[in-house]
Amino acid sequence: MAQVLMKDLNKKYDEVHAVKDVNLHIRDKEFVVLVGPSGCGKSTTLRMVAGLEEITAGEISIGDRVVNDLPPKDRDIAMVFQNYALYPHMTVYDNMAFGLKMRKFPKLEIQKRVQDAAEILGIQELLKRKPRQLSGGQRQRVAVGRAIVRHPQVFLFDEPLSNLDAKLRVQMRVELKRLHDRLETTAIYVTHDQVEAMTLGDRVVVMKDGWVQQVGEPLELYGHPANRFVAGFIGSPAMNFIEVGIKDGGALWADTAGFRVKIPSDRTDRLKSYVGQPVTIGIRPEDLHPATGGDAPDSTFDAVVEVVEPLGSEILLDVKVGANSMVARVDPTVRVKVHEPIRLALNAERLHFFDKKSEVAI
Amino acid sequence: MLIERRWKKWVFFYIPLTVFVIGTLFPFYWMFVTAVRPDSELYRSWRAVNNAPFWTLHPTLEHFQDLMAKTTFPVWLWNTFFIAIVSTIISLFCGLLAGYALARLKFPMAGTLGTSIFVTYLVPPTLLFIPLADIIRNFQLGNTPWALILTYPTFLVPFCTWLLMGYFKTIPKELEECARIDGATRFGAMVRIIFPIAVPGILSAGIFAFTLSWNEFIYALIFLSSPERKTVPVGVVSELIRGDIYFWGQLMAGALLGSIPVALVYSFFVEYYVTGLTGSVKG
Repeated sequence: MAQVLMKDLNKKYDEVHAVKDVNLHIRDKEFVVLVGPSGCGKSTTLRMVAGLEEITAGEISIGDRVVNDLPPKDRDIAMVFQNYALYPHMTVYDNMAFGLKMRKFPKLEIQKRVQDAAEILGIQELLKRKPRQLSGGQRQRVAVGRAIVRHPQVFLFDEPLSNLDAKLRVQMRVELKRLHDRLETTAIYVTHDQVEAMTLGDRVVVMKDGWVQQVGEPLELYGHPANRFVAGFIGSPAMNFIEVGIKDGGALWADTAGFRVKIPSDRTDRLKSYVGQPVTIGIRPEDLHPATGGDAPDSTFDAVVEVVEPLGSEILLDVKVGANSMVARVDPTVRVKVHEPIRLALNAERLHFFDKKSEVAI
Repeated sequence: MLIERRWKKWVFFYIPLTVFVIGTLFPFYWMFVTAVRPDSELYRSWRAVNNAPFWTLHPTLEHFQDLMAKTTFPVWLWNTFFIAIVSTIISLFCGLLAGYALARLKFPMAGTLGTSIFVTYLVPPTLLFIPLADIIRNFQLGNTPWALILTYPTFLVPFCTWLLMGYFKTIPKELEECARIDGATRFGAMVRIIFPIAVPGILSAGIFAFTLSWNEFIYALIFLSSPERKTVPVGVVSELIRGDIYFWGQLMAGALLGSIPVALVYSFFVEYYVTGLTGSVKG
């Protein structure tokens, strides 16, 4: 059990600056997920914590120890890899016992720990098999088992579910979460899947191009994204973005061709300085719905339905608003046809505004 | 359709295969027939009555007996074996470490070093023996097995290094990384994880190295002079051809006995050796 501290962490390869000034404080027992598109530096950060990549600049400490110059074996961590990395020439039992044997644990203790871990993961009957005789899900369990027998201070997961099929992935996701609740060990988890990040993480770190974009609890990221990238990355279907001008006509209005919406009064303070300038407005699909008599006319606009995606629990409408496209997530009871006009209302309280140039939330 | 396909199969598969098999095996058959043929048949004119060049009706073992009794063939066999084994072990050891380093460690000039090791393999022994002869003389190793044990690695080490480097590259890096996190040093991970997985590659490198040293001719011819020091390929040729007299029976008996160990080694390890060349562990 330990906290992990990263201070001004940097990683440079010959020409690539892969990780830039990362500062993170991962608390004891916390489950933190690093998420971002490929090449954003999340895996490199994890590998620096593991000791598999050298640190170009900055400092990492695990517990109270600075680990910059410690080899991986002395950092008291365990890692689960995307391709499982099971030793093909050893049985499942030996795979799980390897780390303990290397640390010269007594034989009985090793047996007990492997049995316990196998029981937790439901792989007792596989202990005598070789990795090649296992299915993908079973291999994944063995890889997790190999990590937990060690009782390490920190678990590191490098996209551990990416090689599983969709159904198994959801199942393993739940199991990992349950496992973390049970073991209460600090965990750092890398993924490119924002759903995994949101469901697993106590806190989520969004990265892009080597920079940390935002750190926060899942719902905080969703409700208050720090910039346009985070807003677009978190949530599926993604947030709708349209460029509008801010007009002052008594109240402030967001205005573009075919779209004119009154900005709620509590937002006007921060948007005043943008009057006459373009900003990007962000609308979550679920904040749009077909307009009814109860909706204020100054938060409704006309659209044309282009695609209808009935998902059962909801319907996704791809609509055209002036020159912009949007996705609306509406009730399954809504009946609309393709190419028909529809009047949509938006939840003005939950609009997001971003500076067009810096893309930072206003 | 069916008839046409059968016809094509014969023309493009069975017939070429038969020709290939006969072409490959016939020299061995010829070697065998000559080795068991009595002298009276061997030196008979081709136009003699009832000459039968492709078989014999009076097989004999006298050439084998002559070979064992009148020459130092058993000693040659032992020399060859000893030299091949020791130089193979040396080369495998160096090749393992060098191949691992080139495949896994990042150090300046790694790529250049890899290529230059390969280039040294391309220098023909017919050129290399001249400077090597000088070195052997300076160290006073001439006419000892060490002259060959220490020179064979000049071509065996690059060979083993390249073969093993290729094999190591097919083993996922994560296995080693995982072992290092699990508590092994880099060297420990290499010995406990990588080497056991690389056994097919190591075996095939070993078999090749053994065969190459077993069959080597030029260095053995130049660096060894006394009959009791020679290896099989050199001994058979130099002691059984006197001037323009060829002792065909003994020559072929010697060649036959000399090729048996190599054939045995291959047939024992053929499976390993095929996976060793095609590589890759699915784990």
